[in-house]
Parts: sequence; C-alpha cells; structure tokens
Amino acid sequence: MTCVSEGVSRPFRRGPFRLTGINAAAGQVEQNPIILVCFLEKGMRHSLATRGIETLLGWGGSLTGVLLFVALWEWGSQAYGSFLLPGPRDALAALVRLTREGEAASAVLATTGRAMAGFALAALAGTALGILAGLSRTLGRALQPLSTVLLGIPPIAWIVLAILWFGSGSMATVYTVMATTLPVAFAGAQMGALTRDRRLQEMADTFRLPPLMRLFDVYLPHIVSYVFPALVTALGVAWKVAVMAELFATENGIGAGLAVARVNLDTAAAMAWILLVVALLIVAEHGLLRPLQRRMEPWRQTGRGVA
Amino acid sequence: MLKFDAVGHVFGMSRVLDRVSLTLAPGESVCLVGPSGCGKTTLLRIAAGLVTPTEGGVKDSFHRSAVVFQEGRLLPWRRLLDNIALGLKAAGVPRRERRARARTLAAELGLADRHDHFPHELSGGMQQRVALARALAVEADCLLLDEPFSALDVGLRSEAQMLLLDLLARRGIASLMVTHDLTEALRLGHRVVVLSPAPGRIVHETRVERPFAERDTAFLYEAAGALLRHPAVAESFLFRPDEVSA
Repeated sequence: MTCVSEGVSRPFRRGPFRLTGINAAAGQVEQNPIILVCFLEKGMRHSLATRGIETLLGWGGSLTGVLLFVALWEWGSQAYGSFLLPGPRDALAALVRLTREGEAASAVLATTGRAMAGFALAALAGTALGILAGLSRTLGRALQPLSTVLLGIPPIAWIVLAILWFGSGSMATVYTVMATTLPVAFAGAQMGALTRDRRLQEMADTFRLPPLMRLFDVYLPHIVSYVFPALVTALGVAWKVAVMAELFATENGIGAGLAVARVNLDTAAAMAWILLVVALLIVAEHGLLRPLQRRMEPWRQTGRGVA
Repeated sequence: MLKFDAVGHVFGMSRVLDRVSLTLAPGESVCLVGPSGCGKTTLLRIAAGLVTPTEGGVKDSFHRSAVVFQEGRLLPWRRLLDNIALGLKAAGVPRRERRARARTLAAELGLADRHDHFPHELSGGMQQRVALARALAVEADCLLLDEPFSALDVGLRSEAQMLLLDLLARRGIASLMVTHDLTEALRLGHRVVVLSPAPGRIVHETRVERPFAERDTAFLYEAAGALLRHPAVAESFLFRPDEVSA
C-alpha cells in the first residue's frame, strides 16, 4: 500500500495540475493500483456522475480484494488445520479476548507511544539534517556516507546495540525506531532540498527575498512535497521496528504480546496482534499523515476554473 | 537611466556578448531583437544583476527595476494575491497593506475575481499577467521583460501587448524587452535594437516614430520588411527566417 500511495504523491515539478485530479481521487483508490491506473489512462476530465461511479467501483474493488484475502485465509485454515493457521474467526475471537482482558488496549498504547516517539524524533532530526545537507553541498557530502551506513545497518543489529547501551525497556525501543527511520526522513528531505527550482531562486533574487522568507516561501513548500512520502514510508517502518524491538526488549506492548503468544504456542493470539498492528498503521497513515498533507498542500488539490 | 558600457561576456570557452553599448532612458521602451542564442537574454540578466559581465560595466540609476520572466515563475503554492504581493512582502510591507495593493493591481490587470486561485488554476495568459502585476507591485520604474509573451497564442499575445503598453505609458515606466519577434518589437518599442548571432553585437538600431496607437498590422509588416532590407538585420535573421513571422 505504501508503495502505491508513494507513487501518487511523489512530487511532480513541471505541472502540478496534471496530477491534481488523481490526487483528489487517490484518497479513495490508492488501495487499488489497477483502478488508479484506470484513472491515469482515462484522464481527468470526468463528469461528476462518472467520477462518483468510479469512486464506488474503487471502494467495491478494494472490498473485493479484502474479501478474497479473507476467503483465502479461511481456506488455508481449513486445509492446514487451525493450529498452524487459525482462521479469521479464531483470530477475531482471540482479539476480542485480548481486548476484554484489557491487554490489547495497554499494548496498543505502549507500542504507539514508543513508535511515535521514535518516529517524531527521527522525523524532526532527519528532516532538519536532510534540508541542511541538501542546501549545503559540503554538508551533503559529509552526511551522505553516514546516512548510507545507517540505512545499511539491519534493525535487529540496532536492537542488540540498544539493549546493550540502554538496557531492556522503552528507551531501547524508541532508540531503535529512531535509528532506523532517521535515514529515510533524511533522504527525503535531502532530495527535496537538492531538487529546488533554480528558476524560482533566480526570481527570488530579483525580488530581493530575505533569507528567512526564501526558506519559508520558496524552499520549504517544495521540500515538504518530498518529505511527506518519505515520512509515510518511515511511519510504516517505525511500527514494524517498534514491534520487533519490543519482542526482545520490553515487558509490554504488542511485540511483548507476540513473544508471549510464541511461548504459549498461541497462533490465534499472534494473528490477533498482527491484525492490531496493521490497523494501527492504517489509522496513523490515513488518520494523521494524509490529512496533514492535504492541509499543508492545498495547492495540490483539484482546482476551479481552467487549468 | 540604465547604461551598458561596452559590455562583453564569456561563458566558459564561448563568447556570448561583444562590446554592447546601450542606454535606456527613463520612460523609454527599448526592444532587443535577435536570433535565438544571440545573448539577448544574457544582456537582460546582466541588467537585472543576475549575471556579472566579464567585460565592461553597467550603470543603473533607476530607483527599482523588476523582471518579468518568460515562464511566469510564480510560486505554485501561493495564491494569486500572495504571488502579486511577493516583492512587497520581501520589502517588509505589512500584510494588510500589501494585500490591498495587490488587490488594486489585480483589478487593474483584469484578475479581480481570481484572488484565491493557485497558479495552476490560471490560464497561461493570466499567469503572465500575475507575473506582470508582481513586477509592477514593487513600484519599479524600469521593467526588464524576457520574452514575456512568447508562450501565448496570437490573440492572447496581442491582448497582453496592448495591456503592457497601456500600463507602461500610464506609469511612465521604462522597459527593456527581449524578443525574437520583429513585429512584437516594432509594436512595443520606442527603439528597436537588433543583435547579431552569437557573439551578440548591436548591428542595427532604429527609432520607431509612429505613435503606439497607430501601429496597426499593416504598418508592422511593412516596418519589419523595411528593417529586413538592411543587410546587417537580414544576416542576423538569415539562419532562422521562420522567427520573423508573427
């Protein structure tokens, strides 16, 4: 899903208007690449009715995909037995049980806190460093190898180091999340700062824009369009890494729940935890980042009048 | 007054300008014509202070000059009024005042009902008018225009030319305009200066005496034909004869 939505929101420098129609529709269709392609092929000049029908088809398509997946899951569970692969109903039952016992809520809170703390730190530091690295060639050259090395270190290695440095607990998880997502935010911001429009810079020169105004009015809006897709990717990574780190380093949280399920050979509970993580990720992306992007980039949305 | 004194410029190994001397008086409109790549845009960029010439010097005693670029160069993420007011914001004019001034200009340039539109929601002609309004907003007394209408189709272009003439005359603004279209130069300039192919030198200069209002199409083609009969001008356009046509 992340990869498709990235394709939609990747910046398009020469003519934003060419993609804005899709952008507005993307909210509905991004789970379904095929329908997105249809949108691309048919172009943007649809009547309202056609667009409504296509939106409905988009939802229908997504729903079909989900139902197909559930059916396959059920079939697999019947074929291999509910010990190896508990069916969707078993997983839901386990989820209900975990929720009743209060375990799910506290685990979600703990994991969310750690993932978001690490993600926020990484987003702030990574974006700031990335912008500086993109604006200054020297700094860019100096930081680039560092970023590459950080990207190359597997998350599992960070977990080991973090446990050695900070001991078991939240701190190790937060640190691991930060260390693995920072290079992603860095790369996005650096790319944004590197690709800034020279012609707009020249225009800014002739109108004598002071440095701060140049940053906020000319550079940042462009950089933001690169940073957001990177942050969406980083958010997904943050959640996965947080759960993984918790498996080793903490007593609570979804990862710890998974560890308990492993010890108890409780596959249904493991599935329940997985459902929870996926749900959390979807909520975070579509409840937080996407609305934020729409708010910050109104100029990307479909406009009135002639384009 | 803007004065080029024997300006020459070399980009790397190739020379683009060769001893160009030219004066732009207050309120005067000078059009620079020449084939593509003759260095006329470089000359304009030198006037704007974006390029420092390798030889000669420029003396600019205008109070403020502003540039209108070939492709608008509006900020895609700013609405129409904020784009017009950009130079005022840079000068520290308070928000309320700069928006009021932008609104007045928008009305004057026929953009009154589109204050909150983003550039991509405007047609090419409107975008160019916004760019023009942005240049006028800083109260420039000298406009530097780099083929501002070349991306517009014929009808829009003629409309935009009339608008520009009107704005310049009413405000008494001097303008230095680069174009590769002889008829456009003859319609908009008090003087037309022809540059040779690279390295650009001034090969011909003519003053157009007829008032702007009386320069109809027949006159323009006739004057362009007369201009092309000068051997130096003909040679300048020899390699790209298609660019002479309007």
